[in-house]
Amino acid sequence: MRLNIRKIFGNFLNDTSDKSWLYNFLLELGGLSKFTLQFFRELFRPPYEHKEFLRQAYKIGLSTLPLIGITAFIMGLVLTLQSKPVMENFGAESWLPGMISVSIVREIGPVITALICAGKIGSGIGAELGSMRVTEQIDAMEVSGTNPMNYLVVTRVLSTTFMIPILVLYADAISFYGSYVAVNMHDFISLRLFLNLAFDSLHFYDLIPAMIKTFFFGFAIGIIGCYKGYYSENGTEGVGKAANSAVVISSLVIFIIDLIAVQLADLFNIFLR
Amino acid sequence: MKIQDDISQFNPNDSVIEISHLQKSFNGLHVLKDLSLKVHRGENVVVLGKSGIGKSVLIKCIVGLIQPDNGSLKVFGKEISDMTLKELNLLRTKVGFIFQGNALYDSMTVRENLEFPLRRNKVLKDPHEIEVLIEEALRDVNLLDTINKMPSELSGGMKKRIGVARTLILKPEIILYDEPTTGLDPLTSREISKLILQIQTKFKTSSIIITHDLNCAKITSNRLLILQDGIFRAEGSFDDLKNSDDEWVRSYFKIE
Ligand SMILES: Nc1ncnc2c1ncn2[C@@H]1O[C@H](COP(=O)(O)OP(=O)(O)OP(=O)(O)O)[C@@H](O)[C@H]1O
Ligand SMILES: [Mg+2]
Repeated sequence: MRLNIRKIFGNFLNDTSDKSWLYNFLLELGGLSKFTLQFFRELFRPPYEHKEFLRQAYKIGLSTLPLIGITAFIMGLVLTLQSKPVMENFGAESWLPGMISVSIVREIGPVITALICAGKIGSGIGAELGSMRVTEQIDAMEVSGTNPMNYLVVTRVLSTTFMIPILVLYADAISFYGSYVAVNMHDFISLRLFLNLAFDSLHFYDLIPAMIKTFFFGFAIGIIGCYKGYYSENGTEGVGKAANSAVVISSLVIFIIDLIAVQLADLFNIFLR
Repeated sequence: MKIQDDISQFNPNDSVIEISHLQKSFNGLHVLKDLSLKVHRGENVVVLGKSGIGKSVLIKCIVGLIQPDNGSLKVFGKEISDMTLKELNLLRTKVGFIFQGNALYDSMTVRENLEFPLRRNKVLKDPHEIEVLIEEALRDVNLLDTINKMPSELSGGMKKRIGVARTLILKPEIILYDEPTTGLDPLTSREISKLILQIQTKFKTSSIIITHDLNCAKITSNRLLILQDGIFRAEGSFDDLKNSDDEWVRSYFKIE
């Protein structure tokens, strides 16, 4: 069956109102790009707010650690329990830890962590900056010549960019443990043996691209949350909207980054092997 | 720095703020149509006007929060729209702005609220000097005991005064007050009005005060302007306008 592209997209393109879906999308994209450029301009401009950066990083870690821990444990456990019968059918049980570890490190750990952070941190940043905008606190910073973009946005985006990779490592470790518990429900295997089997199938070229993409996940969560909050519309409704769209957009962007990262990682592997 | 030079070269007899033929509209709604105003050094100018008439828009234009569509707007003799961001930020440390809703940073204590503009503008580095300035500003508004409180723990009148202290700490030469007494009881309103007057005499500041509160206008004003339909329709001292021949001008001063 042929897809009629024109029929599907035509509605967006020839929308009767000039503010069609496509128009709004492009407007948003332009705004976000401009905001990102501004971020990089402010990044190297003093004063550097180390204290605020650390405070934000601490807040991110503290608020997500339990949630990520529980989710990662369950993911590791469930993934192992689900794959076990299949591997048994092939008589490849000893491959189980290796297979699980590759899927956790390459995909499950980063994506699950990033999605949880988009929900928890992205919405938090959107709501916080949004309410600062609505109550004119951002304007107050601006009129006292204190450069709020530098103080509010740079610190938050940097802290998500550096905290999410750390949280991913933490999620990977807990997932491994969940998987170990699942294996041990049926047969006894020492943690050491399990880890040996798991790490045997992990390579440098699994780890590096997987880690690199987490920095991008973190950056996306931070910059989108800040953008939506910083330019949130007036009124309390605007704050809710800012928080909400920060989550929706950053979750979507995480999958898009993931898709691009997979392609690039393949190239990376070809060069290394 | 450039602005600093401009200010020192600036003739003290000139107006500190000079607005001529200012225009601003939002999506076809003409808020400011043709506004001209001069504020002289050391003068308190009160602007009266109905809600939604564009009073806040006017003073936001003066600090560059809103860009006017047309007209000229000079502060200390220099056109705002010609300034670079750096110059504008420097100017902003000389112009204090008291927001209608206080706009205190609610994640910071009172001390941090006052410290923030000082630290970020790198006016001072020495923590001891900063502390002295903070205490002095709080003493000026009589709220030294709230130094470690969060804004959410303060009453409306206290928040207003902390807002004033946060502005005073940069030693501004111009202060723009956006409805400083709205939402306060008559006694507290009078306290705030007197505070505005004290600041004028103590720091030799020039101010624009936006208000609906006639008592506040009476106490603080050297000159009064009425904003209506995007232009200033009347100008004069409080008593002049109160006893004006025009019925509609007098209507602003009626107390039922
Ligand atoms: N950023 C903006 N975007 C669109 N319209 C705006 C904006 N700011 C103000 N307006 C409009 O300009 C008009 C004047 O607003 P302004 O806040 O100056 O009123 P005001 O005189 O200060 O009233 P109040 O006494 O209630 O504070 C209003 O109709 C408002 O809707
Ligand atoms: Mg107003």
